[in-house]
Amino acid sequence: MTASVELPSLMGLARAIRAGETTSETATERCLAVIRDRDPSINAFITVLGESALDAARAADRELQSGHDRGLLHGVPISIKDLFDMAGLPTTAASHVRRGHVAARDATVVARLRDAGAVLVGKTNLHEFALGTTNEESAYGPVHHPLDATRSPGGSSGGSAASVLAGMAYASIGTDTGGSIRIPSAACGLVGLKPRFREVPTHGVVPLSASLDHVGPLCATVADAAAIFHTIAEAPAVEAPPAPGPARGLRLGVPRRYFLDLLDDEVARAFDDTCARLAAAGVVLDDVTIPHASDIAAIYLHVALTEAAAFHARTLESRPDDYTPTLRVRLEAGRYVLAEDYLRALRGRDVLRGEVSAALEGRDGLLLPALAVPATPLGAATVRVGSVDEPVRNVTLRLTQLFNITGHPAISIPCGTTGAGLPIGAQLVGPATAALLQTAAALETPIRGGRGPAR
Amino acid sequence: MTPEDWLESARADAERRDLPDLRPTLEGLARSAGLLRGADWNDDASGARDTGPEAPAPAR
Repeated sequence: MTASVELPSLMGLARAIRAGETTSETATERCLAVIRDRDPSINAFITVLGESALDAARAADRELQSGHDRGLLHGVPISIKDLFDMAGLPTTAASHVRRGHVAARDATVVARLRDAGAVLVGKTNLHEFALGTTNEESAYGPVHHPLDATRSPGGSSGGSAASVLAGMAYASIGTDTGGSIRIPSAACGLVGLKPRFREVPTHGVVPLSASLDHVGPLCATVADAAAIFHTIAEAPAVEAPPAPGPARGLRLGVPRRYFLDLLDDEVARAFDDTCARLAAAGVVLDDVTIPHASDIAAIYLHVALTEAAAFHARTLESRPDDYTPTLRVRLEAGRYVLAEDYLRALRGRDVLRGEVSAALEGRDGLLLPALAVPATPLGAATVRVGSVDEPVRNVTLRLTQLFNITGHPAISIPCGTTGAGLPIGAQLVGPATAALLQTAAALETPIRGGRGPAR
Repeated sequence: MTPEDWLESARADAERRDLPDLRPTLEGLARSAGLLRGADWNDDASGARDTGPEAPAPAR
């Protein structure tokens, strides 16, 4: 059974705490209660920080009462993907390979969240070492979609997305190497931001593919994403949150060829409806082309598998049986890639980067779906798209991996639901994260279907 | 080494290492390698291929 969910926003909670309508302790207790109630069936968390989260919430309340306001995230309960180091806790990466690990210090992003007064409620489940899009390969078991337990919430940041959708946290921090923030955000009806490459530090985060890895938020609204980005980015050139400007006159390019060739019928209809709403709001839409789009998957595969294999080579030799069998095979394959083919893929990356930049010339952004299919059934190796069966991994990565290759910032925003109530996401791509967030703030209401975001 | 030769050698090594499940992924990599090698951005030491205009600056 499925049902749509109206999500409370981080910014709304921040306002309510400051207005004295609630406290960080109350909000944190509520999140922990939802975790106790629902996580046995959803499995979003690997580690829950009950008492330490409540201590942090009480400290946040005391600080606000004494006039010490750390900013927009002060007192807000947030979850974090279990790839990020938190001092004194294991960073499991959802793998037995990490058995016995305890982090000596916080990842840079974790330290920034703590400094900003955020309350970390727990570390979320993921696809083992983030190498997958369904969370089915996890040493801690699969994550179940909060709206339909037979489906995956998408991945690899699936526990993060499920935790926010289910009300276990007001936002989560994930990683995105081929779409792992935007895919689960689209599947769960969240806003998911992959900032520009290297704009948010990856220090203290278990890598998957160092030249493709990005860190960013999964949350309820564009304003929430901007607030978190403002906190965790190196030198954010963005006011948080951006005031939504007018939609009229903004220009978006739609890359039709390749990107719209393989879409689920309901996703295609929702995307067409989104384009129609944006046009009605005065947005100028035109078609753009990425000439080498058909090479995206080959380039991605060679870069991602080779870099992942290099990171895992030692443990593939010493502890092969601690990997789930499918993950081990995928990583081992990367060890066979020839250097000359890896270098060809890097040359192709430069070509694609130039083509995306060229498509953005004179436009505020690119618009395409974030995920070609709704949340996929757990256990499915393939998914039917139109009249063909496609491997789940290929079809889920298809619309997002390009922007990991090129480093351009991209954001997923809910744009509709299927007849069964499963969320569908649209994706905006921009030249720079600050500009993208401005554009996304201006277009959020028409993209969502006329309804404003949660407040 | 052609992608076909590479695939044959990689398959044999995977068999020797008792990793038969690697086969489909190696076949996918061989197809991808074939695409990369046929791409028009590759160098040609003979100078026969026009390198084209300089790509626009990356969005960094």
